[in-house]
Amino acid sequence: MQMPEPSQAIMNQRDALAVALRQIVGQEWVISDEAERRPYQCDGITAYMAMPLLVVLPGSAAEVQQILRLCHEKGVKVVPRGSGTSLSGGALPLEDGILLVTSRLCNVLEVDAANRVARVQPGVPNIKISEAVQHLGLCYMPDPSSQLISTIGGNVAENAGGVHCLKYGVTANHILGLEAVLMTGEILHLGGAYLGAAEGELDLMGVLTGSEGLLAMVTEIAVRLEPVPEVARVISMSFPSVEEACACVGAIVGAGIIPAGLEFMDRKVLDAVSVLIRETFDSSTAALLLCELDGTAVEVDALVDVVSDVARAQGAIETKVSTTEEERQRIWSSRKLAFSAIGKLCPDYYCTDGTIPRNKLPEVLNKMADMSVKYGLDYANCFHAGDGNLHPIIMYDAAKPGDLEKAEAFGADVLIACVDAGGVLSGEHGVGVEKRDLMTHQFTEIDLNQQQMVKCAFDPAELLNPGKVFPTACRCAEFGRMHVRNGAVRFPDIPRF
Amino acid sequence: MLSHIPQAAQDADANIKLAKEIIGNCVHCGVCLSRCPTYAVRHEENDSPRGRIFLIKGMYEKGGAPDARTVEHLDRCLTCLACEAICPSGVEYSKLIAHGREYVEQHYRRPLFQRVVRESLIKLLPNAGLFRKAIALGRLARPARGLFSGTLRAMIDMVPANSLPAPSSVDRPQTFAVKPGTARRKRVALLNGCVQTVLDTAINEATIRLLQRHGVEVVVAQGSGCCGAPAEHMGAEDKALPLVKANIDAWLREADGPEGLDAVIINTSGCGTSVKAYGHTMRLDPQWADKAARVSAMARDISEFMTEIGLMPAARPTGMRVVYHSACSMQHGQRIINQPKDLLRAAGFTVLDVPEGYLCCGSAGTYNLLQPDIAQQLKERKVRNIRSVSAQVAASGNIGCMTQLAGEVGIPFVHTVELLDWATGGPEPAALAKAQMVAD
Repeated sequence: MQMPEPSQAIMNQRDALAVALRQIVGQEWVISDEAERRPYQCDGITAYMAMPLLVVLPGSAAEVQQILRLCHEKGVKVVPRGSGTSLSGGALPLEDGILLVTSRLCNVLEVDAANRVARVQPGVPNIKISEAVQHLGLCYMPDPSSQLISTIGGNVAENAGGVHCLKYGVTANHILGLEAVLMTGEILHLGGAYLGAAEGELDLMGVLTGSEGLLAMVTEIAVRLEPVPEVARVISMSFPSVEEACACVGAIVGAGIIPAGLEFMDRKVLDAVSVLIRETFDSSTAALLLCELDGTAVEVDALVDVVSDVARAQGAIETKVSTTEEERQRIWSSRKLAFSAIGKLCPDYYCTDGTIPRNKLPEVLNKMADMSVKYGLDYANCFHAGDGNLHPIIMYDAAKPGDLEKAEAFGADVLIACVDAGGVLSGEHGVGVEKRDLMTHQFTEIDLNQQQMVKCAFDPAELLNPGKVFPTACRCAEFGRMHVRNGAVRFPDIPRF
Repeated sequence: MLSHIPQAAQDADANIKLAKEIIGNCVHCGVCLSRCPTYAVRHEENDSPRGRIFLIKGMYEKGGAPDARTVEHLDRCLTCLACEAICPSGVEYSKLIAHGREYVEQHYRRPLFQRVVRESLIKLLPNAGLFRKAIALGRLARPARGLFSGTLRAMIDMVPANSLPAPSSVDRPQTFAVKPGTARRKRVALLNGCVQTVLDTAINEATIRLLQRHGVEVVVAQGSGCCGAPAEHMGAEDKALPLVKANIDAWLREADGPEGLDAVIINTSGCGTSVKAYGHTMRLDPQWADKAARVSAMARDISEFMTEIGLMPAARPTGMRVVYHSACSMQHGQRIINQPKDLLRAAGFTVLDVPEGYLCCGSAGTYNLLQPDIAQQLKERKVRNIRSVSAQVAASGNIGCMTQLAGEVGIPFVHTVELLDWATGGPEPAALAKAQMVAD
């Protein structure tokens, strides 16, 4: 993985920088010892590692502001990190950059039940929001599989999805307001405790959501809370072939039903999770669909019947409906822990994230089987079928020379096939470093230039998370649109954030 | 996760080879962080299981003496094993940290104060006589607690406020036959433990009564004693092994004798985790490996055993609201989750769970003495959570947690077996009777 050449001059200033940062956050929250920096070398992708210059854990938004101002002044790069669960290498450190970790910013600041809004700090793990409001019958809906530990700040950065985003939408649909700090230390307040941008204004909150830490550090988030559905039941449907399971996905949605979640697990994944789910699967089962239906009891009962009928018509071997909440939770926890459970089958895996139109599922899955033969690597499939968001898990052994490269090439082929099928590179994991070099396959040069100009508008010095998302360095100096010349801003009549 | 531990190091030490395999199973997903008490307090990767796996990897890759920072983070681990219980990839963290600590003790020279404290604890805890003397000494030092800080103050604060119970006659080697007129269904050995025989003799007494009442003959085997966990947790395998071997010998003598043995019963879950791991501890010693595995296979927590033989109908209606605190060694170490609660329900109690029940209370063997700051924060959090459910009595299956929490939760704190014994015809637990007197 090619990353920007580290600056030796900056690396030489490490000790002085540590002293300055310790004045901001306190002695113990700047990690400079080599042994202690090592655990921060990677996020959820262990294939890519780099030793961060320093690791800094601020305890307040004010400290974040001071840190960014200092780094801006000194020309030091900053890589934001939450819990380090990114599957696209979004929090991969830079050797000449500090790692700015939000894990200490983990408070739910305010719960406003009447307006169904919570104000939270970026380091709050996703699930903690729902736990904090469950006594009110409310929850925070987006539920990425990593929700036990992935932070809401990271969810905003990646515009995370999850099982329930089929019906309820992704992170962007549940963020009402953001406080963010620009690299210069300037604080932005975007949105508010209501939905949508004010009329006539740019939707900058929408720009920041999914910006992968390239534009600003988010320091506070107002999230939308939803009532917990009165009833939720999950139907497990086993199929004798992957094709029939895929066809059933289209048939369910085609029948006019938007399930709360519609997930696909292939045989290999089923074997890996069968211990967690405490179930064994009939040997004729090649794929399992999990379909969650929620709403009022009457509505759910009716939908369960319709979906079961559709499944049987599509060749399901068996359909089973959860009868208790405990059973439903167990089924979902098995799905959410599926990626990690694959760790039992192979020393290393590489999980990617292309998204395609639902009707192309069988076609792309068949291509994947061919690629597996071509590269000689095994793979498993476990994905959000309802929204065509694929997560092939490519198994390899990092100890075998050449295996990682083969896995990377396999992953790239899958993503290219997704784009060629009319889809996109990423559904929810982000581009990061993992899909960075494939961006040119999805976007033209004009598209990419336009995206880079947004980056330059927020961070013209290119200090925030450089080397991610874009296959080439931004050309902010060349675009030069927003540079201040002799203290005068160009186009002073245009409102600025 | 790929590691680069030199082949020579792996060849020289089977535990390092095992560590490489265990590290290889970790996919760095981070799920373990969500259950880790030290991460909940510190929010720092180095104080999380995933971080410690990285640190251990670094320690073996580098070889030689580990650095002080690595040792500090490994010391901070409570060994609660919440991480291992939730790990979807099946990473055997318990083995990784245990062998990592042995490596630390073999290769790292601790500052003098730490050495003295650790060696004293390793000597004191397994020896009831010495432990009693130490508590008496601690009581003398109490008025001067302000002069001490850190570990020493934590030690003084741990000294029970009430006078210690007199040594119980049940903790001497002997056999408790079933009550006359009752058929003998099973014959078991009881691990009476070390600290427990000093701090709270009522637990073993209640256990024996409960078992006898259910037609189970109980043997306190000659030669059995401390399970070895205190030394093992501090990485002092050489100090733990004699204790482990003594127990194995004592119980197998009974098992292979004319009367035989159906199980080894443990009523302190911390010890249970340790005894169940004897097979692993001794696996590399051909003389002991099979014997140790036999003992591990016979080991049962009292709640597992009572579930197997079935609890008799309650003799008296108690109807109390019990908040059940599951010790880490119970729920994570031994994965015993529902049995104690189901038994309490069967005995007529209303059972309440502790919010954030997966989090350690900070006791963790000798942790509250060695890491008083983190232990105190965890204790306060646990106390808050226990108080939040407004129960009438708290119950747990581990003396360590009981000692850590009893004075703080505002309600009597008893062992699960004391409640089961009471409900099925035994005497009312002393802590309950006392609280009742105060209320009257």
